[in-house]
Amino acid sequence: MSTEAPAAAPQTPTASAVPLIEARDIGKRYGSVRALGGVSTVVKAGEVTCVLGDNGAGKSTFIKILAGSHQQSDGELLIDGTPTHFSSPRAALDAGIATVYQDLAVVPLMPVWRNFFLGSEPTTGAGPFRKLDVKQMKATTFTELDNMGIRLRDVDQPIGTLSGGERQCVAIARAVYFGARVLILDEPTAALGVKQSGVVLRYIARARDRGLGVVFITHNPHHAYPIGDRFMLLQRGESLGTFPKSEISLEELTGMMAGGAELETLAHELARSGGSAAEVARELRAEVDALPTDTASAQSPAESPAAAAASAEPDAR
Amino acid sequence: MTTTDLVTVANRRSLDRSRLKRLFTRPEIGALVAAIAVLVFFSVYTGQFFSLPGAGVWLESASTFGIMAVAVALLMIGGEFDLSSGVMTGFTALIVGVLTTHYGLNIWVAVVIALIVALGVGALNGYLVMKTGLPSFIVTLGTFFVLAGIDLALTKVITGQVSIQGMTQVPLYDSIQPVFGSSVEIGGGNFYVSVLWWVAVTVVATWVLLRTRAGNWIFAVGGAQTAARQIGVPVLKTKIGLFMTTAGAGWLVGMISLFRTSTVQANTGVGQEFIYIICAVVGGCLLTGGFGSAIGAALGALIYGMTFQGITFAQWDTNWLRTFLGAMLLGAVFLNHWVRIRAGGGSR
Repeated sequence: MSTEAPAAAPQTPTASAVPLIEARDIGKRYGSVRALGGVSTVVKAGEVTCVLGDNGAGKSTFIKILAGSHQQSDGELLIDGTPTHFSSPRAALDAGIATVYQDLAVVPLMPVWRNFFLGSEPTTGAGPFRKLDVKQMKATTFTELDNMGIRLRDVDQPIGTLSGGERQCVAIARAVYFGARVLILDEPTAALGVKQSGVVLRYIARARDRGLGVVFITHNPHHAYPIGDRFMLLQRGESLGTFPKSEISLEELTGMMAGGAELETLAHELARSGGSAAEVARELRAEVDALPTDTASAQSPAESPAAAAASAEPDAR
Repeated sequence: MTTTDLVTVANRRSLDRSRLKRLFTRPEIGALVAAIAVLVFFSVYTGQFFSLPGAGVWLESASTFGIMAVAVALLMIGGEFDLSSGVMTGFTALIVGVLTTHYGLNIWVAVVIALIVALGVGALNGYLVMKTGLPSFIVTLGTFFVLAGIDLALTKVITGQVSIQGMTQVPLYDSIQPVFGSSVEIGGGNFYVSVLWWVAVTVVATWVLLRTRAGNWIFAVGGAQTAARQIGVPVLKTKIGLFMTTAGAGWLVGMISLFRTSTVQANTGVGQEFIYIICAVVGGCLLTGGFGSAIGAALGALIYGMTFQGITFAQWDTNWLRTFLGAMLLGAVFLNHWVRIRAGGGSR
C-alpha cells in the first residue's frame, strides 16, 4: 500500500454493479463446534450493510472472516465476484477492506497527525537522512479530516484530547485515505453517548457518500436503521436473514433484535413461579404483546403456545 | 479543494495562538526551568561554580550520565526499563581491560568485541522481554545481577584482582585514548571529549525521535503497544533496537570511563542505573511510556552533574545529593502525571 495513495476513486453505486463483497452461506467451525452458519449478504459500493445481533451472536466471527483474521470453513466469500480466502489481515487490507476495531488502534498521547500516518509514514530524503515529511503529513491530516467534516483546531494536539466520536472519525478518515473500498466498523457507537453516536453516524454517511461500501456492526437497531441499506441479523451463530430496508420497519427490526419469543418464554416461566415475580412477568408479557405479532411469533420456540402460529424459524433454539 | 485551502488559511491564526500553549506542555520544560534554577543557585552561592574551570568539572560529571540518560529515555518512551544499563558500563570496560592486559589482544579489536558483546546482551534483553511478555523491570534485573556477578567473579579468576591495572602499557593505547578520554584546556578549565559525545548522542536521539519513522514507532510501542501492532508497526524490531541502543550507550560510557582514568573497577556502574532513570524522568519521560524527550533527559543529567559538583563546591556533605535527587524525582513525577492527565492519555 503506497503512502501517497489517495482515497479510492468514488464509484457510482448502481444496482447492476458487482458487489464489493458477497457472502454465500458462509460458516465457521472450530472442530465440531459451529460458531457461525448460513450467513449470506452483500456489501455494495455506496451502501451500508448493517450486521445486527446480541453479544455472542457471531458478529465478531463474521467480521474476522471479512477482515482476514479467520477463514470461513463453509460457503463462499466473493470479493469483486471472485471467490477468496484471506490468508491474513494484510491480504484483506490489500484488497481494500479496512477494519476499524472498537479500540480504534490509536495511541492516545501521540499527536493526531502522527496517529493518522502511524505505520505508513511518508518520508523524504535518502539513506541515513531519510526523514518524515512532516509538512505534508500535517497538511494531509488536516485536509482529510476536514473533508470528513471534522474541523480540528490543531492537528498537533494529542489524539487522547479528542472526544470518543472524533477519535472514531479519525480512524475512519485514516482508513479512507489509505485506499479502503470497504470499511468494516466494529460497534463504533457502543461506548458513545447519544450525541457522539450521532456524530459518528454522520461520518459513516459521509464515507458511504464517497463511494465506500460500509459494514456497520452494532447491537443497536436505532443506530442501524436510519443509515442502513440492508440489515443482516445474527442470533446464536445463525443468520436470521438479510432484509433490504424496504422490506423491514424499525419496529420489526427491534422486535427481532429483542428476541420477542425469548421474552415471551421468560414471561411464561416467571408467571409459573408466581409471587413477586408475577408482577415482572405481567410487565414482560405486556411488552411482548406490544411487539408486532408476525416477527414475535416468527421465531417462537416449539414449547411456546404462540408457536402454534406459523413458525418460520424452526431452529431458533 | 479550494474551499479546503480557504479553511486552512482561516485556521492559521488559531494554530499560531496554540503554539505558545504547546511550548508549556513540552516534556522538557520542567527540566529546563529546574536546570536554570540550579545553575543560578550555585553560581550565586559559590564563587568557583560559574567559571570555566568550574564548568569543566560539572560538564564532565554530567556528560557520562547524560549519554546514558538519553538512551534510557528512548527506552522509557518505548515503554521499557533497562536495569542492566549501569553495570553494562563496567562490563564493557572490563572486557577491553581483560582482553588487552591479560590476553594481549589488539586494543582496537578488543573495543569492537566489547561493543558486539554489549549489543548482543541488549538484543537478548529485548528478545526475552518480548517473547516472555514479562516486565522488562524483572528481565533486566536478572541480566543486571548476572553481569554484576560475572564482572566480579570472572575478573578475579582471570586477573587475580578486582580491578584492571596497567592499561597505559598496552600497545596502541595512545592511538585510541584521545577518542574517548582526551581533554582540552580552555581558560584554565579542563573540557573532556565526553561532553562532545553527550551533545552528539542528544542531537541524534532527538532527530530520530521527532523526525524519523523509527521515532514515530518508539512513541507508538510505548504509548499503546496493541494498537501499534494492529496498525502495522514492527513492535519486536523497535523494542529490540531500543534495548540494543541502551547497551550501546553503556559501551560508549564504559570506554569513556576506561580511557579517562586508564583503570576500571569490577563494580563500576553498579547502582547508577537508577540515576539514569531519575535523569530521564526529571527530563519529562513518563514511567508508563509513550511520552518524553531526549533533550529533557540530557537536561536531567545536567541538573545531576551541576548539583553533584555544586554540593562539593559549597563544601556540604555530599550525601545530601541523594536526598536532593529523590525530591527532584518526586517533583518531576507529580509534574509529569499532571501533564499526562491534561493530554488525556488514559489507558496505556
